[in-house]
Amino acid sequence: MKLKPLAVAALWGTLAITQPLRAEELIWGIQAEQLEYRVGDQTDVLAWDLDAQIGTDELKFVYRTEGEFETSGDVLEVFENQFRLQKPISTFFDAVAGIRIDTPEGPDRVHGVVGVHGLAPLWFEIDADFYVSDHPSFRFEAEYEALITNRLILTPSIEFNLPFTDDREIDIGAWGPKLEIGARLSYDVIDRLFAPYIGVHYERVFGETRDIVRAEGKDDDAVFFVVGTKVIF
Amino acid sequence: MNCFRSLCLGLIGLAVASGVQAGEFRLTVDPVVIDTGEFTRNGIGYNGASPGPVLRFKEGEDVTIHVTNNLSESTSIHWHGLILPYQQDGVPGISYPGIEPGETFTYRFPIVQSGTYWFHSHSRFQEPDGAYGAIVIEPKKRDPFRFDREYIVQLTDAHPHAGSRIMRNLKMMPDYYNRQQRTMGDFLNDVEKMGFDAAWADRMDWGQMRMMPNDIEDLQGFTPLINGKSTKQNWTGLFKPGERVRLRFINSSAMTYFDIRVPGLKMTVVQADGNNVQPVTVDEFRIAVAETYDVIVRPTDDKPYAIFAESVGRSAAVRATLSPKDGLVADAPEMRKPPLLTMADMGMAHGDHAGMDHSAPTGMAHKMPDGSTMSGAAHDPHAGMNHGSPPAAMAHKMPDGSTMAGAAHADHAAMGHGGSGQPGDAFYAAGSGLMPSAANGGKFLSYTDLRAMRPLYPDREATREIELRLTGNMERYIWSINGVKFSKAEPIKLKYGERVRFKFVNETMMTHPMHLHGMWSILDNGKGKWDPVKHVISVSPGTTVYMETEVDAPGQWAFHCHLSYHADSGMFRKVVVEGGPGDKRAALKHRHGG
Repeated sequence: MKLKPLAVAALWGTLAITQPLRAEELIWGIQAEQLEYRVGDQTDVLAWDLDAQIGTDELKFVYRTEGEFETSGDVLEVFENQFRLQKPISTFFDAVAGIRIDTPEGPDRVHGVVGVHGLAPLWFEIDADFYVSDHPSFRFEAEYEALITNRLILTPSIEFNLPFTDDREIDIGAWGPKLEIGARLSYDVIDRLFAPYIGVHYERVFGETRDIVRAEGKDDDAVFFVVGTKVIF
Repeated sequence: MNCFRSLCLGLIGLAVASGVQAGEFRLTVDPVVIDTGEFTRNGIGYNGASPGPVLRFKEGEDVTIHVTNNLSESTSIHWHGLILPYQQDGVPGISYPGIEPGETFTYRFPIVQSGTYWFHSHSRFQEPDGAYGAIVIEPKKRDPFRFDREYIVQLTDAHPHAGSRIMRNLKMMPDYYNRQQRTMGDFLNDVEKMGFDAAWADRMDWGQMRMMPNDIEDLQGFTPLINGKSTKQNWTGLFKPGERVRLRFINSSAMTYFDIRVPGLKMTVVQADGNNVQPVTVDEFRIAVAETYDVIVRPTDDKPYAIFAESVGRSAAVRATLSPKDGLVADAPEMRKPPLLTMADMGMAHGDHAGMDHSAPTGMAHKMPDGSTMSGAAHDPHAGMNHGSPPAAMAHKMPDGSTMAGAAHADHAAMGHGGSGQPGDAFYAAGSGLMPSAANGGKFLSYTDLRAMRPLYPDREATREIELRLTGNMERYIWSINGVKFSKAEPIKLKYGERVRFKFVNETMMTHPMHLHGMWSILDNGKGKWDPVKHVISVSPGTTVYMETEVDAPGQWAFHCHLSYHADSGMFRKVVVEGGPGDKRAALKHRHGG
């Protein structure tokens, strides 16, 4: 992928120009919501979902990567790389713009990203993104942290992907959504640096996507037991 | 200087033992290891230690201080509370460029005041990393109170994380260090106490705002130290029973307010922020970040006494010992329960707000006119009320721009309507969860108790008012003044010779210790010409506080919240004083003549 370095360079350029006059120090950090091993009926999966960010109060650059590596078949099922710029639009929400480059096993996909990211009332962390390309889609993610104690935390999460067109090459049917629901019980071991967790992860496809998957003799849903760790640095 | 040098050389034989000539000091800024007994970390100190040495000046002398930077980064020293020419004030980018690695900067300024002060780095997070020390200035005339011995009691909130890492974590996740958040267990307890509907409504109220009632200390996980020693390391000051001991309290914390008491002893407060006040005897007092209080205690028994300082959010405490002989350890009291903020602290204390009524059970023991305390739960809404004339700090601006009339309050008992009884403290929002009370039910010092011993300036009408709204975005950890952070703000311009009335309106849920450099902050606590003269004015959430400043120091100065991470993230202003004599010494003399 030659696109990647180009995109990074372009985003960096924007960032440099919008630096405030009296420069504050750049804030950076890495945050992995999921870094886990999923044990399923059919197959085991190594999965991750992490953000690396750098920027100022006014503009942040976020590299977001999500992946699923099927250990039984040695297949990189999902590999997303998003290069996102985040700019505050309200007290609790940022507007997001960027590109998403998927380079899993099989065909690659490139999308533009337009969305919002922020904290909704009652402490729900929200991502809502449109992916704009020949194969456009919409994704909604929500997460909540329920404190059993101040260190033992239950995190239910939901992710909903809605494709607007067919993309038969990668088993997606128009308007056939994919739903992922999880619940992870973590414990903060060292500050919030490492918070190992156990949990469950459930995913299911619907509509046309389900028909495609079924036609190939695969399951339309799967449930996993997960072991992993959150990381904030 | 040549003259001075020859004099020094002449006197060298006399003063060689101390190695320091009167009025001349040397400080090195060094990488040090800080060992709290709980953790060890690399930090920054002066002359090889943190805290640094105690600098003892004399009122009326000219001091020369050579500061050598042995760090690999730029540094600075600010002389907190000292009145001096602005080029000597030690704020990089405002007073001077700072002190580069390997460089020695020589400060020279006259000492025009007396009392307890401190010094610290004003560069990035060097102060939270350990770069602080104490200053004691001996007065020209005798102090108007008696004491037999004195100790500095310098507090800090030593943290295992470096300041830059803390800032980064707070920006990424503002509740990173908050380990007092309400849990599901707390919810179940509340359901039991107040019923499901009320408990649920309360969670909804706070959740809608995306704020937390336990958000009192942004930064937890620190080990509080007294003179560099944790509870385990037990700093000890000796006394002979019956002696009057002057304790010079200095809060050098980055972020932490403390409630301080010496169980078994009364404390007579004689000085606040370096300026003598009319003595007031208390059982306990709260010290804002960067404030100083001098108190006199008189231990009569031949036994150890604890100096006990609890952080206001009750996440940590430290005990030191006053002892008749070496090796004794005073018992440390139990730390009290953490307070909870109320809707009043959100500036939303309209009578019918759902969150309001739940506030009473926590941290709300009010001192009644007869000296007894009254727990919030026991309140008859009007018990112990004393509708005297409301002091200045009582007018609360509501988010909708209206002001709050007493009659609209749900909970009158918390109001503190001034007058003789002082059921509450006017410097907290009515119904505030932060309202302090003494552990023994006795007297807790309030800003309203402070009266200047001798006014520094003639009392006159302010020439104009400047409103400074203290603002912020908690979730993004951006702090600002009038909604604008430092990096985007124009300087505040003042004119030499005017008297400015600053109106602080705290629109955030945090308490901000506001510190103006170079000129005194005269707190308006309704005492007229006896209004106390300070260098830090603490502004509680949901309150409006006024201070006045005689603009008598030309040049440019810093003006900021003294919480390190608030200052760094934008609650900071440059102040430019226009006009005035070019000769700063003349200006200083002029002031003290008045």
